[in-house]
Amino acid sequence: MTVEIGVEEIEDIALGATVLGTGGGGDPHVGKLVAKQAIEEFGPVELLPPNELDADDFVIPTAQMGAPTVSVEKLPSGREAVTSMERIERELGKTADATMPIECGGINSTFPFAVAARRGLPVVDADGMGRAFPELQHETFNIYGVSGTPAAVSDEQGSTCLIETEDNDQLEWLARGVTVRMGGVAYVSDYPMTGTQVKETAIPGTMSLARDLGRALRLAEDDAMDAIREVTRESIYGEARSLFEGKIVDVQRRTERGFVFGHVDIDGLDSDEGSAMRIEFQNENLGAAVDGRYVATVPDLITVLDRETGGPIPTESLRYGARVRVLGIRTPEIMRTPAALDVWGPGSFGLDATYEPLADHP
Amino acid sequence: MTDYRIGIDVGGTNTDAVVMDGDDNLLAKTKTPTTEDITSGILNALDVVLDDSGVSEDELDYVMLGTTHATNAITERRGLNEVGVIRIGAPATQSIRPLLEWPDDLAEAIGNNVAILDGGHEFDGRLLNDLDEEQVRAQIREFADVDAFAVTSVFSPVRDDHETRVAELIRDEVGDDVPISVSNEIGSVGLLERENATALNAALTSVASEAANAFVDAMNERGIDANLYFGQNDGTLMSVDYAIRYPIFTVASGPSNSVRGAAYLSAVENGIIVDVGGTTTDVGAVTEGFPRESSVAVEIGEVKTNFRMPDIIAIGIGGGSIVSTDGGVTVGPQSVGYKLTEEAKCFGGDTLTATDLEVAAGTIDIGSETPDVDAEIVEAAREYVRERVEREVDRMKTSAEPVPVVIVGGGSILVPDDIAGASEVHKPDHYEVANAVGVAIAQVSGEVDRIYSLDEMDREEAIQHAKDEATDNALAAGADADSVDIVDVEEVPLSYLPGNAVRIKVKAAGALDH
Repeated sequence: MTVEIGVEEIEDIALGATVLGTGGGGDPHVGKLVAKQAIEEFGPVELLPPNELDADDFVIPTAQMGAPTVSVEKLPSGREAVTSMERIERELGKTADATMPIECGGINSTFPFAVAARRGLPVVDADGMGRAFPELQHETFNIYGVSGTPAAVSDEQGSTCLIETEDNDQLEWLARGVTVRMGGVAYVSDYPMTGTQVKETAIPGTMSLARDLGRALRLAEDDAMDAIREVTRESIYGEARSLFEGKIVDVQRRTERGFVFGHVDIDGLDSDEGSAMRIEFQNENLGAAVDGRYVATVPDLITVLDRETGGPIPTESLRYGARVRVLGIRTPEIMRTPAALDVWGPGSFGLDATYEPLADHP
Repeated sequence: MTDYRIGIDVGGTNTDAVVMDGDDNLLAKTKTPTTEDITSGILNALDVVLDDSGVSEDELDYVMLGTTHATNAITERRGLNEVGVIRIGAPATQSIRPLLEWPDDLAEAIGNNVAILDGGHEFDGRLLNDLDEEQVRAQIREFADVDAFAVTSVFSPVRDDHETRVAELIRDEVGDDVPISVSNEIGSVGLLERENATALNAALTSVASEAANAFVDAMNERGIDANLYFGQNDGTLMSVDYAIRYPIFTVASGPSNSVRGAAYLSAVENGIIVDVGGTTTDVGAVTEGFPRESSVAVEIGEVKTNFRMPDIIAIGIGGGSIVSTDGGVTVGPQSVGYKLTEEAKCFGGDTLTATDLEVAAGTIDIGSETPDVDAEIVEAAREYVRERVEREVDRMKTSAEPVPVVIVGGGSILVPDDIAGASEVHKPDHYEVANAVGVAIAQVSGEVDRIYSLDEMDREEAIQHAKDEATDNALAAGADADSVDIVDVEEVPLSYLPGNAVRIKVKAAGALDH
């Protein structure tokens, strides 16, 4: 059965992506509007399960990269990512059969649908982060041996820069530099892949998971937590668990190297009364500790919800006095292998913790 | 010289007025019902306070008005202009057309005329694209029937040349009578929110003119030849001419006036303000005597905007709130509103309101009857109100430290004097007209919000440049040169950008020039 993504599903994906964004990933607002307009203009987009890809199908992922304050001012023409995709096609002499997100949390969950609508392509129901992470090498594609290049970075003027590198860290470094010269925000196509490579390295089902989470939150009348628990129970992720409930008593932030580092302190309420939680973040939430002992760390998802409305709260909106519920979701197996933990385990973000996967049941 | 001033606040339920002297002493106050035409309500209130104070019309130097007419026009889609919404930024920005996220009926109400034309700048002021003047002229001619224009160019808070030039071209094509709103004068970085605020502003200029004319006419009718001002969102004043050009800056003036008035009456410069009205209670924060601003995008009529608004949480509890005793006692959010004097039990009606409980308990004496209410219900309702207020007060705090809390507004009696988290609780004299006091004592201000490249000038120079510009803006708004102070400097390093870019926001405010 073909699953179509229309305007309403885009709203749900954007909302669900704030849960999977684990506090970061950028505000999905702009990405959502770009996708909505493209779908209104060009029609709905097919969401393609990765197991329906043929071995030699050609998939080119698309994404936005750059500074959040620029991305809310210099909005895209809508052509940029298509230009990047076409440059890769020309370079490799093949036409794309589908596009795919590289990240299912935050702003990049919805951009590929605009590209797909314009090009009349399906979007593969998968991504390479399974959440949000800050950099281009934070990809299962990278971890499991897919080359990020040839990659193309484009701006609204139609300029394109083709990047070939030995490794994917160098791709991140060069693409970041080009983005600055393109005015602070640019649109990238990288990790071009065959159907087989997608099946072997991508995290499957994350777009439909985002959509289901968003729909459940939209329809949840009183208990958002129950709705999220029910959706995750049926997924390749662990069932969402409530890690802590309390009131935010302090938030510290500092900006370094283009990232927002900091922590939030939460005093327990009700069953957690008498305990305190600290969540450390670098754009995204990295680790949550209760009374000094880690209860969840990257790559597992840590998301802060408003205790009353159930809405996910991004790190930039955390503030003193908010009543919150912190939930944790264990990531799928493919994100927890030793090779994966080398790239995005707690140690790679400077946390003094050993990764312990969240348990299944509360 | 003693300069008398009158502050008037036109609310949904009541029109309040106060007379104050040059030393900010309150000489007279009144609370009268708001009338449908607004003008007669203003005149009623004016007559009472002039009579009570013995101040004559020709002794008035200033009259200040706080009003929600602009907010109501948006909410009710009433009297809005048809607007030509022009965005300058192509080839960028075409993926999201103007008004895409507006409610359909609001977009219809302003005519849904949108265009995206060539031009705009990058974050560092480089050219994004040349402005195509022929293309702009052709578009203006196509928008021949609009009542007003809204012009928004990419990164105009950094460089406004394209917006300025488009405004000149509009003047050239259609003459001086059509109002033009340019976005760099209205909002900060964030194209869609700034464009939304600019389009709303353009839509409101006719409503603003009407309100301003009603105000001016009311003053003329009483032979008052005073300087007239409107209150604006940040708790400062603007001239009538400015209010006609920037009506969007009045939409949150009500809560701001309450915060300023409460701070003045209680002499609390830093703390939490609780304003209990007829239908809702607004909880806000005062920082150095000014309302604290919200850090998130504020929605007006379901449209996201990004200009400066006070940080206010409204809860559905007020003097007219209906008390329910079905399974646990609750207060609000349903309210009898302005029909309190018909429907509340203490006025002989059938509805049990929050006011009735206090009459029953003997803490206030209004209306014609004393309702018979079980003391346990009074206690339970008070606890309910206390819990809700305490929670919002706590949310408005920035740390766990106890802070002073000031309670004002007609329904102040509903809130207890011992609030958790408060270092002290004030219910100052004249609490019931705090908003009219707030607008009467308001200062005039000027602001600036720009991105500077510290490769071109050093940090001190950049901040000085911003301070000078904010001061000039305050002087232009009518401030007395000797009293202007810089009240806020905010510096945001844009560390992900090269060239040491920094965003500097400065606000200057001063007393009115006498």
